[in-house]
Amino acid sequence: MDKRVVITGMGVVAPNGVGLTAFTEAIKNGVSGIKHDPELERLQFSCQIAGKPELSDELIAQYLTDLERRNFNSTGILYGIIAGMDAWQDAGLTIANEEEPDWDSGTIFGAGTSGIDKFREAIYMVDELLVRKLGSTAVIQTMASGISAYLGGKLGLGNQVSSNSSACTTGTESILMAYERVKSGQAKRMLAGSTSDSGPYIWGGFDAMKVCTFKHNEEPEKGSRPMSSSASGFVPGSGAAALVIESLESALARGAKIYAEILGGHLNSGGQRGSGSMTAPNSIAVQRCIQAAVQNSGINTWDINVINGHLTATAKDALEIQNWAIALNRSAENFPYINSLKSMTGHCLSAAGSIECVASVLQLQQGFIFPSVNCEDLHPEIAELVNKNKITKQIIHQNIDILAKASFGFGDVNACIIFKKYYNG
Amino acid sequence: MDREKLIAKLKEIVAPYTHDKEALAKINQTTDFINDLKINSANLVDVILDVEEEFDIEIDNLEMAKMLNVNETVTIIESKLKALDRE
Repeated sequence: MDKRVVITGMGVVAPNGVGLTAFTEAIKNGVSGIKHDPELERLQFSCQIAGKPELSDELIAQYLTDLERRNFNSTGILYGIIAGMDAWQDAGLTIANEEEPDWDSGTIFGAGTSGIDKFREAIYMVDELLVRKLGSTAVIQTMASGISAYLGGKLGLGNQVSSNSSACTTGTESILMAYERVKSGQAKRMLAGSTSDSGPYIWGGFDAMKVCTFKHNEEPEKGSRPMSSSASGFVPGSGAAALVIESLESALARGAKIYAEILGGHLNSGGQRGSGSMTAPNSIAVQRCIQAAVQNSGINTWDINVINGHLTATAKDALEIQNWAIALNRSAENFPYINSLKSMTGHCLSAAGSIECVASVLQLQQGFIFPSVNCEDLHPEIAELVNKNKITKQIIHQNIDILAKASFGFGDVNACIIFKKYYNG
Repeated sequence: MDREKLIAKLKEIVAPYTHDKEALAKINQTTDFINDLKINSANLVDVILDVEEEFDIEIDNLEMAKMLNVNETVTIIESKLKALDRE
């Protein structure tokens, strides 16, 4: 029989807050984590602002041993380890003993690239005929599954340990994959999450595609403008987030705190057909994904109180909202609240879905709707689809019952997940 | 450089990779890197790179394969230094 599935722990490393407490404060107050990036300026990027988590050496030393820090050069793995271990601890879980792994626990921890700075370092050495000097650290930091491998070892996980990758859908997909494994009874709990590297070598390609804004280099905090009529591209970001996905049965048995329930969700692709392409969404697929998620969750489209959108601050924001309106059969008068975390963090790429799911779950658990900043000049096409009081610029304290979260990615891939407030029963 | 000094240098080099700190304190010619010091086998290449840097020598693949314990390692370092007339 299918298990009910809940969230029992969370960890986050975001540009506007490292750790659950700092991040919660930041999203409640509309605090931006976007800053001018001197390195991007030096390298003559069009977009010279970015969202990057700030980590002190003291903090890093709490998660990586002296040996692990030798020749370590992978921001994505670092962010993922911190978020993952924090989530595990937040869930009140202990670390498996030295001899036997925890057979009931696993991880699906996604990434877009792994250790891109380490990879660059290795490539230079190989080209200089110094392959033998790479030592033992190049492979583990650059393999796509690096983050799940590190976490699996640190926590002693004995169930499935894997990394998924589906561009900007990665984080939301990891949660749905973990949800399926717990729901079917193959694991008691899964650490789900995703991470994204920082820096010019990951962001350069997007800069070249002209999908990042170049109009706000002098005013970084104004740069990420989802839903705004002056939105001119996304601001690149990075970070990680993790959620402990556990069967309700297991959570209750160990008296764990429960943040929210996962009712269901859906993953699909537009096949790069119709309006879809490598980089543009097939709207029919987006609508089908949302509708299938609703159906899979056993709710009705009108049950959804809040949407946390993908909403990156490109010209596609209005199209996304139109797809939500069609999929949920809503008009401007009855469109639910909708917000975009990217207004404060930028677009954290493969980490976006997991960071935004943490923000979504915090809203359900604590009963608030965080503000979307920088959309005081709401896009006119969006204004036709949503009553403007549903796009809040100030925090609203209100009980939320059901929240829908979607992420979309290059490759025409979609993920939609439905979270429900947990009421002790 | 005498053996004692070489072993002392080697002790500093292997310290960060050693998981058994008690065995490290008692390091001697018979100490095995993996069985006694509990060094992860993947880190043996890092130990060798650090040895090369410390003594400014180059160790080939065949020699590398032998460097699993203190005795073999010190013997190889000594022969390299001798060849370079840097005893």
